[in-house]
Amino acid sequence: MHIVVCIKQVPDSAQIRVHPVTNTIMRQGVPTIINPYDLFALEAALQLRDKFGGEVTVLTMGPPSAEDSLRRALTYGADRAVLLTDRFFAGADTLATTYALATAIRKVSETFGAPDIVFTGKQTIDGDTAQVGPGIAKRLGLLQLTYVAKIREVDPVARTIEAERRSEGGVQVLKTKLPCLVTMLEATNEIRRGAMADALRAARAQIVTWSAKDAGVEDISKCGLKGSPTIVKRVFAPSARAEKATMVDFSSRAPADALIEELFKRQPKLEAELTTSAHGF
Amino acid sequence: MSEPTKAPPAAAGRAATKKELPEHFKAYKHVWVFIEQERGQVHPVSWELMGAGRKLADKLKVDLAAVVIGPPGEAVQHAAAESFCYGADLAYIVADGVLTDYRNEAYTKALTDVVNTFKPEILLLGATTLGRDLAGSVATTLLTGLTADCTELDVDADGSLAATRPTFGGSLLCTIYTLNYRPQMATVRPRVMPMPDRVEKPASRIIEHKLGLVEEDIVTKVLSFIPDRDSAKSNLAYADIVVAGGLGLGSPENFQLVKGLAAVLGADFGCSRPLVQKGWVTSDRQIGQTGKTIRPKLYIAAGISGAIQHRVGVEGADLIVAINTDKNAPIFDFAHVGIVTDAIRLLPALTEAFRARLSPHSRDRIAS
Ligand SMILES: Cc1cc2nc3c(=O)[nH]c(=O)nc-3n(C[C@H](O)[C@H](O)[C@H](O)COP(=O)(O)OP(=O)(O)OC[C@H]3O[C@@H](n4cnc5c(N)ncnc54)[C@H](O)[C@@H]3O)c2cc1C
Repeated sequence: MHIVVCIKQVPDSAQIRVHPVTNTIMRQGVPTIINPYDLFALEAALQLRDKFGGEVTVLTMGPPSAEDSLRRALTYGADRAVLLTDRFFAGADTLATTYALATAIRKVSETFGAPDIVFTGKQTIDGDTAQVGPGIAKRLGLLQLTYVAKIREVDPVARTIEAERRSEGGVQVLKTKLPCLVTMLEATNEIRRGAMADALRAARAQIVTWSAKDAGVEDISKCGLKGSPTIVKRVFAPSARAEKATMVDFSSRAPADALIEELFKRQPKLEAELTTSAHGF
Repeated sequence: MSEPTKAPPAAAGRAATKKELPEHFKAYKHVWVFIEQERGQVHPVSWELMGAGRKLADKLKVDLAAVVIGPPGEAVQHAAAESFCYGADLAYIVADGVLTDYRNEAYTKALTDVVNTFKPEILLLGATTLGRDLAGSVATTLLTGLTADCTELDVDADGSLAATRPTFGGSLLCTIYTLNYRPQMATVRPRVMPMPDRVEKPASRIIEHKLGLVEEDIVTKVLSFIPDRDSAKSNLAYADIVVAGGLGLGSPENFQLVKGLAAVLGADFGCSRPLVQKGWVTSDRQIGQTGKTIRPKLYIAAGISGAIQHRVGVEGADLIVAINTDKNAPIFDFAHVGIVTDAIRLLPALTEAFRARLSPHSRDRIAS
């Protein structure tokens, strides 16, 4: 079984700071991580590989430094890493991203064998769009299972997959055919500790590095900023509310009573509303 | 390399300029809202989007249409009829037995076909699990732009859709355009837009469109559906009162204090993200950018600092109350009422005080 996992190297956005005056992002010194959602996808892929044999190829599009994340994926046990890097990819929105990644997956398929499953995380923590998975599937003509909470069964002979997919009011149990694309939901598994042997292998591993041309991109104008139908016109900080919170003064009475008094003063209807919603006495 | 990491305007390439719209896009008019319904139930986000869509359509002086996709029968007809009460000028229906359960293949074809036939200028969907699954496939099929999880939608002077969404992990907002492609697509999360008033109105123009797929064409099969057990399900997004706790509570045991207050107020409870990451609270209770957006009448935040990612999830609340030991905590910048004190001590006292105020005895007093 050949499984391709698309991962993204993202800034650890918990540590990003915005410059208070210029409203620009201060990236300097911000560490990068593998998009946390992608780790659930990677683990799901590794489990299938361990069960059925075969190979896991991790693929990322990013700057040359994204190699770090690929090496980290190798330490968890991925078999091969492919870095798609080219200045033509810069500034890609989701549509342009899916064009580049789909092209690279075709190349992976020609070079290392056709994948049975392509995995992605549910979304990234910097883009948050959840669009790249469905976009890749569409471009490659793959069936898609998004928001997968659990892979119930894969039958490599019958070429079928059965999975539980999160939907608004419950869980849909779906069965479809391989090859397909799966986006994994968070907290579906726990990424393994890499074995020592994998860490050593990862350190020495040759990362397959492709430019747009190497990957077989036919139309460079479909990549990067040029290939992106969406345009970021304006970036700005959320406006501050004009007035600050009214601070409750509880010097003369118990804080709980003072707070409740303030609430009922501000919203006279609140007390009546609370009486209708309240229960549990 | 997704939307938000794109270079700011100065650095944007030639794509940033609005060209004369290509000839084949000139026929694209009108604003559409995809009416999401699953198992006969319309997702409220669809009506919220109708409210937003109505404003866009009025500004553009075009029609607002609802698109309803599903199995033939009463539910779909009812959803279409309801859309008129929420502001639709017309409704498109694609009804077919193969659309009984949501499946990407069939729904993508249905929506793509109606778009190609009737050509909307703007297409809005809810950023739900269904809406995001569908929107991504449809936008890629149509090779158009899609802006996810918008917090604001507007039409600018030259009639383009200006879609604003959080970027850089929520620290900033950005306004995104899809100038030279049609339709302009956007998704919006539940509860970000206010629910419009429902005004009784008869259904008028309904246009039915054939799907042209048979079950054999669809590879994916639905084996079963396991509904969420009602008791476990949180209805956070639609709760009138929400009490939430953050890292300031210090331990999972102390989080019980939040639940205690919520119980007395008949409220739902939620939390900030670190509590989910620590495993103290389940992820369906997380409020904020990567959790749920809420719009309660009353929101009480205990031991929550008020980071921007949390703030974007609660800004729609009518009354925000913050309990925090740090008088400089950012939450006081957007809360309406603040109290600088230890939440671990205040929560039990508050629970008791509310219990006393709201007890049947005092209820009688209010009634008389
Ligand atoms: C991409 C991304 C997405 C994110 N999404 C979300 C999201 O959806 N939702 C979310 O909430 N966060 C989200 N975050 C995290 C967010 O940035 C903050 O880290 C988080 O909201 C902080 O949680 P907190 O306020 O509970 O904890 P802290 O920031 O640690 O704040 C604790 C607060 O409690 C106060 N405190 C301490 N002791 C007490 C006490 N005894 N009584 C009262 N107050 C006390 C402190 O003064 C402090 O203000 C996201 C971050 C990133 C990078």
